[in-house]
Amino acid sequence: MFQRILIALLLIFLVSVSYSRDLGLIARDVPNDAGFAIRLNWQPIPIPPNIHIHRFYLERGVQPEGPFQKVTDLKSDDTSYVDDGSNRNPNSLKPNTNVWYRLKIEYAMAFRQGDSLLVDTLNRVIVSSETVGPVQAKPSWVNPKRLIVIFLITIYFLLILFFTRRARKGLSLFVRKIAGLSALDEAIGRATEMGKPVLYCPGSQGVDNIQTIASMIILTEVSRRTAEYDVPIIVPLMSAFVVPVAEEAVRSGALNAGRPDAFQPDNIRFLSEEQFAYTAGVSGIMLRERPAANLFMGAFFAESLILSEVGFSTGAIQIAGTSNVHQLPFFVVACDYTLIGEEYFAASSYISKDPGLLGTLKGTDWIKIFTIAVIVIGAILETFGLTGFTKLFEIQ
Amino acid sequence: MKREIPLAILLITGLFMIFQYFVPHYAISDIASKIQQWAIIITSGAALLGIANLLRVSLDQAIARKQDWMYKWVVIVSLVVTGVSGIVGGIEPGTFFNDMIYFHMYTPMASTMYATLAFFIASAAFRAFRVRSWQAWLLACTALLVMLGRIPFGKMIWGDFPQFVDWIMNVPNTVAQRAILIGAALGAVATGLKMIFGIERSWLGGGD
Repeated sequence: MFQRILIALLLIFLVSVSYSRDLGLIARDVPNDAGFAIRLNWQPIPIPPNIHIHRFYLERGVQPEGPFQKVTDLKSDDTSYVDDGSNRNPNSLKPNTNVWYRLKIEYAMAFRQGDSLLVDTLNRVIVSSETVGPVQAKPSWVNPKRLIVIFLITIYFLLILFFTRRARKGLSLFVRKIAGLSALDEAIGRATEMGKPVLYCPGSQGVDNIQTIASMIILTEVSRRTAEYDVPIIVPLMSAFVVPVAEEAVRSGALNAGRPDAFQPDNIRFLSEEQFAYTAGVSGIMLRERPAANLFMGAFFAESLILSEVGFSTGAIQIAGTSNVHQLPFFVVACDYTLIGEEYFAASSYISKDPGLLGTLKGTDWIKIFTIAVIVIGAILETFGLTGFTKLFEIQ
Repeated sequence: MKREIPLAILLITGLFMIFQYFVPHYAISDIASKIQQWAIIITSGAALLGIANLLRVSLDQAIARKQDWMYKWVVIVSLVVTGVSGIVGGIEPGTFFNDMIYFHMYTPMASTMYATLAFFIASAAFRAFRVRSWQAWLLACTALLVMLGRIPFGKMIWGDFPQFVDWIMNVPNTVAQRAILIGAALGAVATGLKMIFGIERSWLGGGD
């Protein structure tokens, strides 16, 4: 036993002599960031036979001679780490400050006994890598890898502006017929004939979701129509924050129709923030109040099929619109009309027939043509091994 | 001014949030992060609005004994009991709220709702596979192939069936999904730009 320990200690001594200062540790500032990150790379750490890596960790100091403090524990096969101080803890990396790094490895003797590996943790040797530095995390004022986005957004905005002005000058713009939106009048008309309400579900997300924002714009137009026809509109909500926005949208619609009395605050109903409690609530409304038309416009998840199937069972005319790709098949199957992706975002412009808003549709069409052209050109060039063009569109 | 001030706030905030995407410096990202934190705080405060709305609507109907008034009492009592038990007794494991209301009442009910999805998928699939047009034929045939390729029987028919199904899912299906996603993303950007630059103003309400 004594002999074994002697061999172990000898091995560990050899390891400590052989492998210290030999890890090729490199520390570099992460470019184009807020100024809180340094990337570290090193070569794989050597693990001699019968030696176990007990601990492996990274240390940082503000002087080359120390003191050093532990940054993180690492796995023995790690070869890189990003020291990210963006969480702003007191011990985190700070911008524009010189720092030095080193790796620490705690070696221990290991014995294999049958299928088990026994590690002698009492006799450990701590080995330090070379100390590298000074290195600073430098903040960047511009991220050049994202400039292509600002270029594209500018083009997009200029196109929208151009077509909006053209439309406002009275130049006619052809907009293809969207069956789902053309059916809106049919749906509201049916509700009027039957003396039943219209149900409008704006999805299950909050107002920080662009689909909910688009849904509120559509709601304004839909409630204008329902007010014109004197049909009640029920708006069940899953996000409490959407309540005042939906109230304002329905009130605006009623005002725009010249029927402020058509706004019924009791029909803007917050049900629950829990997904299936909300689903149960809306299903209950559909089964008890039997709306003649159900409109599902917004971001939907697993509740989409339950809602649309319950609506189908009540015999209501159903129109859905979402850009959640995975929910589209459910709506397509269960609803009479479905607005797919971009059609959903075009809905407010299409319904309002406002020339300015129709101009934005034209702008979107042109940027779409541009996108298709870029995809085709990029695919052809990539096929021939020319990668420069696609690299132009890479963002970080 | 009722319209100009909100428009100005939206324009400044919207442009700043676009600007911060291109300027990673912490001086800018700190402000953007603060704005996002404000949004979270305001959203959290809105929970009170939701409760107020729920109580107002339900109480009105329950007291006036309108249609289905008894369900409104169920909602009100559930809301009060859940809220009070959580505030008074806490929400940790072992409390009435956590054990009784959440795990023994809410979770099974939510699971039941979710489970109904299986039946709705069956009824929806039945309608979707009624072949009336060539598109419906295409849909039904593709669905049949994908289902066959996903079960061991498919591999018994043809050894490369699973790979063929993977190709259907990875190539034609992905192409269609990406096309929808690109269109939706452009629509979302257009909606954002319309609002930031005041082209779309319906959200401002109908007043002057």
